[in-house]
Order: sequence, then structure tokens, then C-alpha cells
Amino acid sequence: MKKTVCLLIVLMLLLTAFGVYLYKWKSPAPPDEETEEGEEIELSYSDSVDWDKFRDQGISINVYNWGEYISVNEGGDEFDTNEEFEKLTGINVNYSTFATNEELYAKLKGGGTKYDLIIPSDYMISRMINEGMLEKLDLSEIPNVKYMDKSIDSSYDPTGEYSVPYMWGVVGIIYNTTLVDEEDDLATWDILWDTKYAGSILMFSSPRDAFGIAEKKLGYSYNTEDPDELAAAAQLLKEQKPLVQAYVADEVFDKMGGGEAALAVYYAGDAITMIDDNPDLDFIVPREGTNIYTDAMCIPKGAPNKEAAEMYINFMCETKVALANCGYTNYSTPHTEAFRYLDEDTQNSYSYPDEETRAKGEVYTALSDQASKQLEEHWTDIMSSGNSNPVTVIIFIVACIAAIVFINVYKRNKKKRIELEEVELR
Amino acid sequence: MKKHVSRIYMAIVFFFLYSPIAIMAIFSFNASKSRTVWTGFTLDWYAKLFHNETIINSLGVTIIVAVIASVISTILGTAAAIGIFNMKKKTRGMVMYFTYLPLLNPEIVTGVSLMLLFVFAGMEMSFVTLTLAHISFCVPYVILNVLPKLRQMDMSLCEAAMDLGCSQRGVFGKVVLPEIMPGVLTGFLMSITYSIDDFVISYFTHGANSQNLSVTIYSMTRKKVNPEINALSTIIFLVVLTVLLVMNITDSRRQKKLREGVAAA
Repeated sequence: MKKTVCLLIVLMLLLTAFGVYLYKWKSPAPPDEETEEGEEIELSYSDSVDWDKFRDQGISINVYNWGEYISVNEGGDEFDTNEEFEKLTGINVNYSTFATNEELYAKLKGGGTKYDLIIPSDYMISRMINEGMLEKLDLSEIPNVKYMDKSIDSSYDPTGEYSVPYMWGVVGIIYNTTLVDEEDDLATWDILWDTKYAGSILMFSSPRDAFGIAEKKLGYSYNTEDPDELAAAAQLLKEQKPLVQAYVADEVFDKMGGGEAALAVYYAGDAITMIDDNPDLDFIVPREGTNIYTDAMCIPKGAPNKEAAEMYINFMCETKVALANCGYTNYSTPHTEAFRYLDEDTQNSYSYPDEETRAKGEVYTALSDQASKQLEEHWTDIMSSGNSNPVTVIIFIVACIAAIVFINVYKRNKKKRIELEEVELR
Repeated sequence: MKKHVSRIYMAIVFFFLYSPIAIMAIFSFNASKSRTVWTGFTLDWYAKLFHNETIINSLGVTIIVAVIASVISTILGTAAAIGIFNMKKKTRGMVMYFTYLPLLNPEIVTGVSLMLLFVFAGMEMSFVTLTLAHISFCVPYVILNVLPKLRQMDMSLCEAAMDLGCSQRGVFGKVVLPEIMPGVLTGFLMSITYSIDDFVISYFTHGANSQNLSVTIYSMTRKKVNPEINALSTIIFLVVLTVLLVMNITDSRRQKKLREGVAAA
């Protein structure tokens, strides 16, 4: 009986696996949907490089990108970036995804996996450059780099030899118009310290981002390494802690979408996604200046197929591809041509802040080891403050030990009693 | 009164166990991407799921690794269990200690050390390393499921078979294996479950083209976990539920038949 069930399960699993691979064979025919938007833009690939250079050589490249950060076709007529690249060049793409810069760094440092193309964020790029983990790009192989917007701060890669931007954006305050007082001045980080909103503020759960906000409020640089300034920022965050409802990452989508909090800090691109879900929300960039972040394409040292990876970068910088990707992610594209093709609403949206905001914005660069360590220590201190005092911890440990001792003594006594009874019986 | 209390208690327990799954299933039909606001009914996520190559690929990796790893670890584990069973008491104790160790060891330690081992051996992280890692944590489960069955087995059965002229190999195939089969199957099923379930160890040992489902889902958390994952989880839950139901129904039917047979005799 159990045997048949086992067989059934295995059969089913194998069938599914088989189905998966069968599916990969026959790519689904796109459904014949009429193009609703009157002016469908027909873009073709430029002949900036010889796309067929690596065809039929059995080359595959390993691409490591953020999760949900590239246009995929989900059954409609959306643009499937990797599939299109494979079709155009004959190079096979092994696509995998990561969740944090630190994860990417650990995976590369750990060795054992050879990636051809990675997309880290600004401060991680500068750290990797410092540690010699990146390969210099051959920009003559990436002619499309000419489309990149030079006005976006790229101090993380001062020479521009190591990276080509993929997406950028700004951090700002997302607020629920029904929950905040219209009279209040929202265009300042100070609002996150306003006791009126105690219990309905959401802060970043990543230390670097949280510190950044406190540093900007105090008028420091995002990249300060001064121990006193870091301590001052930490003090400010500690004061803010009682007001904060939660330190969040992607939970912010649900909390703001469900109207559980009045104020949150997050990225402009995601704010647009949230506003689509909940029209009560709005987004504003504080006037003290904010973080401008960039995720850029790089090739790690020792990449097996550097030239094919450069072709991939060039492909990502094709107007058509850049347009599709920024449409899918809602983040801002650094591609000047693609920007021109966006509709006016998008061009004027929060994703593309005005010159003034951009001028006041600042990018993260890598902190020195000492400063990052200090930052981590301060953060641990902030997170643990007020939650548990050492006395409760000690009481808890003592109680645990007492319980273990009690159970053991009880067991031993019971055993002895049983033995005694047995002796008496005999 | 007492009956009511126990019923309410049971209801509460089931509520806590199944409400997360119910919510997940409900939101797999939600029209928007939100996980808290209901905006309307749709089957879109199910349709999209089957076209999302990242998810489908990692599902394929998960299933293939689970099947290969559990088959191999069942064979290895059964052989090991028989070997351990026939050891002297002292060595058996020691070997069992080593068998328990991987189970008690925090997964993160196992994951990191496997990664270091593979790097040290000059292996590139790939499908192979992922499968090897999964085999390594599945084997103990098989051993622990097979050993009790071996202990329950009546040794005189083997002796009787040999007395009647059965070869040693024959004894294994005709007497030992059928006796321990339930343990082997349970071990196999547990291996599949744990392999599909695993995140921590896979996280450290997967390669560029062998990312399994749990790692893929985790990587979505920066932006937002896609509702397609809700759809996929709902499907997996339903499949497991159906298998359990089929198993229970056929089982009770068989028992009924057996009872009728006994009554007739």
C-alpha cells in the first residue's frame, strides 16, 4: 500500500520535472492580443556589435541579479530579456538571483561559483573595486554605454571602467494621505522624529540605510567615518526607536498597502508600485537631501566568458531592452534614449526627481572596515536597547538550569523507587 | 460540556495550524500584488506561474535534486543501517553517535562546512554539489527509520531461511528487505520532504545554474515576493493533500476488506 503511494509520488514528481523541461523546449506562442495602446513603439536592436560572434559555440554565461529585477514574459506579450538575448546571440544564459549585496559578496568571496555578470549596488561596487574583485570592462565592446546618463553620480566607480549602470533611484518618504496631518511639513526627515506619529513610522531594517537618514537629518554626509558623527546618529536613532512601529524591508509593501502605518522610508520605484495598490499613498523626497542609489552591471575577476558578458551588458543597454526592464521594475533607467520613449506621466513621476533633488542627493561609497564595524556595533546597541535587560536574561537562564536539574533529580528518584519496589517484590 | 470544550480546543489548534495556509491560498487569487488588501478575484497568477521561467526552472531543480538525492540516500542509508545493526555494541554506539550528529548540528554549520569542503576540493558549485549536499543530510534520516525495523525483525526468520537452503543474498532479498520495507519507504519519503524543504544548506551549495525554489523565493524579498509563489505553494499543498487523502482512503478500504475476510472465515 505504502509502496504504491511512494511510486505515485515519485511518478508525479518525475512527471512534473519532465513537464518543466518539455515546457522549456516549446516556448509558448504569444497570444494574439491586439495592441491596445495606439502608438506601439517598434524598436529594433542596433547593430552596434556583431551579435552573432558567439553563435553556435555552446557558450553560456552565468548572470547573478537581484530577485524580480528583470523583465520576464509571464504569458502575455511582455519582453523576456534572457530569452531575447539567447535568440539574438545564441549565448545561453544561466540566470540566478540574490536578495542582498552582502549575499552576493559572500557568494563571490566563498568561491566555488564562477559568475560572468553581477549587478551589485554602488557601495558594494566600490568595496569590490577596492578589493580587486572586479574585472575592467572593455568599453569598446559596449558601444551602447554612450546612452548612459552622465549626470547620475557615479562616484562609487570614479573611472567608470568597472561598471555600467542598470537602474537607479532615490530614497524618500512614503506617506498615507488619510493618516497624516496635511498641515505638517512632510518634506523633511524631521517628520520621522515627530512624536505625533508614534507607532506609525516604518524605518529601514538595514543599518546603512537607517544611519543614512539620521546622518542627513544632522546634516552629515552619508559616507561619514567620523566616530563622533556616527555616535550622534546612533543617539538620534535610539531616540527614534520608541516611535517606530517596525524596522522593515519588503514588509513595507503590505503595511503601507494595508494602511497600517502613516509614514515609511523606501525607494521611489517601489513607492509607485505601492501607490498603484493603494491610491491614498504619496511619496516625497526630503529637502535635506537623500540617497541616490545605483545598481550597476559588473564582471567579477575570473569570469569564464568575459566577452560574452560584455555582449550581455551591451544588450541590456539597448534602448528596447532598457525600456522593457524599467517598465517591469518601476525603477529609474539611466538610459537617456529609453527615457525619451517613456510616457510623460512616467517621466514626471517620483522615479525621475528634478535637478535640485538630484544635486542634493548623495551615493553610498564603501566605508572603511573600522567605520562599518562601528556602525554595526551602534546598530546592535540600538536594536537591543529597551528590549531586554540583562536581569531578565539571567533569570531566564537560571530558570532553565533549575528546570533541567529538577527533571533529572525527579527521574533519578523515580528510577530508584522503581528499583526498590522491584527488590521488595523479590 | 466537556465534549464542547475539547471540540473548541481542537478547532483552535486546527485554526492556528491551517489559517496561514488558507490565507496564502486566498491571496493567490487576489487581483493585485498586495498581500493584505483584497482587490478582486483572478486566476492570473496561476497562468503567469507557468510562464515564469525563473520559478519553473528552480522548481525543476528542486524536484530533480529531491528525487535523485532521496533515491541515493535511501540505498546508502539502508545499507548503512544493516551494517550498523550487525556491529558490536561499542562500535555501534559510536557510529550511531556520528549518525545523530548531522541531525543535531545546526544546518548553517553543515551548509558552511560543505561549501568550504567543495571549494577546498576545487569543485565548482553546481547541480552536483547541491545533490551531494542533499544526500549528506538525507542519509541519517533513512538510517534512523530503517534501524528500528531491523531491531523488530525476528532473527530466527533469517536462520530458518538459511536452514532451508537460502543463500545469503537470497535471505537479504526475500526475508530482510520485505521486513524492513516500511522503514525504508518512510526514510525515502522523509528524504524527499527534507530535500524539498531545505533552504540553509542549499543556499551555500547551489551553483549558478542550479538554484532551487527556496533560494529563489528568498531572493525575491528585496522587492516583494511574487504572488505567483502563493499560487505555486497552493498547488503543492493541494498535491500533498490529495496524496494523503488517497493514501488514507485506500488504506481504510483495505482494512475493511481484511476485516470482512476475517469475518467470512
